[in-house]
Amino acid sequence: MTDAGHAQRLTELLRTNADSLVGRWVDAVAALLRGRATKAELESDFREFYDVLLPLVGSDGKDTGSPAFGEIRSFLDEYSRARVRAGFTPSETASSIFSLKREVFGLTENEEDPQIFRQLMAFSGLLDALGLLTFEFYAQAREEIIREQSEQLLELTTPVVKIWEGVLAVPLVGTLDSARTQVVMEKLLEMLVETGSEHAIIDITGVFAVDTQVAQHLLKTVVAARLMGAECIVSGIRPQIAQTIVALGIEFGDIMTKASLADALRYALRRDGVDVVQREVR
Amino acid sequence: MERVPILKIGGVLLVSIQIDLQDQSVLALQEDLAEKISSTGAHGVVIDISAVEIVDSFIGRMFATIASISRLFDADTVVVGMRPAVAITLVELGLTLGGVRTALDLERGMKILGQLGRGRTT
Repeated sequence: MTDAGHAQRLTELLRTNADSLVGRWVDAVAALLRGRATKAELESDFREFYDVLLPLVGSDGKDTGSPAFGEIRSFLDEYSRARVRAGFTPSETASSIFSLKREVFGLTENEEDPQIFRQLMAFSGLLDALGLLTFEFYAQAREEIIREQSEQLLELTTPVVKIWEGVLAVPLVGTLDSARTQVVMEKLLEMLVETGSEHAIIDITGVFAVDTQVAQHLLKTVVAARLMGAECIVSGIRPQIAQTIVALGIEFGDIMTKASLADALRYALRRDGVDVVQREVR
Repeated sequence: MERVPILKIGGVLLVSIQIDLQDQSVLALQEDLAEKISSTGAHGVVIDISAVEIVDSFIGRMFATIASISRLFDADTVVVGMRPAVAITLVELGLTLGGVRTALDLERGMKILGQLGRGRTT
């Protein structure tokens, strides 16, 4: 193992030169980011990083999962998240960390002690590991954002609207998959209870493809609604889809289907005992 | 074992399930209900399950069984107040309760039985 005294020597070097080192590091990164982050911001971030990094000098960064790395991990996590939200690229985020390496090499250029060279190698490995960690956190944060967005999209694209007293409509648009149909199903059934509606119209005018699985989901929704005492009407089946449904041999059974949303509404109203009468217009 | 009470309102028997159903209580309910329909000559049965949050296939089959029993006494069965989660579970279990009428709430259930009752000749 490396001599503890020598390890302390590199730490000592880094500690005594902290201000100038961080200063040069900030300058280098500010140039790299071309003014998209202010020096004051970088300064405070890097100062914090530097402070949590110092006790770790001497480690080779092979066990970044250990408790000793807890503090720096949480710092990098936060740092990467902030970078993602601010729109920096992954390489800009990671190379901000790598830039410190060059500054430290510059500092120890004139050292002739072979021990310090070995420690520098270890330090370099440590920074590499931390840089990669930054990258990992960056990817994680990105994935979280994507997941949030797709959840929001799911909510947005599946509205259940009340179009008449006792009649709900679900205009489905786009591709139907299991996850979406599940959301639609749950929302529709909840709304049936909430509004006490006895009719629900599932309009699939905006759906461009129906396969056996989608049909299966639709049928399940209709049967579940029926179990609760409400009737579903499927409307707006496109001509091509009608052909596909017949070609695939999907049985809609005794489920009411109508050509358009208007027809479906008229049917639901009649079932509820409401007549729509055209008045003479003067 | 808790027993589910059966209430008589006019010609209708009301079964309101407010407890966690055990298999034993389900069997007892079926027996009690058969006795009660036979003794009162009721023309309809309403099963209110708005308080039921969890069902299994056994309970799912109970509805169909009760409906078949009541049909033998010429009584109609309406299941009312099924929660969305319960409906989804039953569908996933493949139980579609063919032959059982359903309604959103007790009021509508009674209305359906009223309409069916009016159609009777006796």
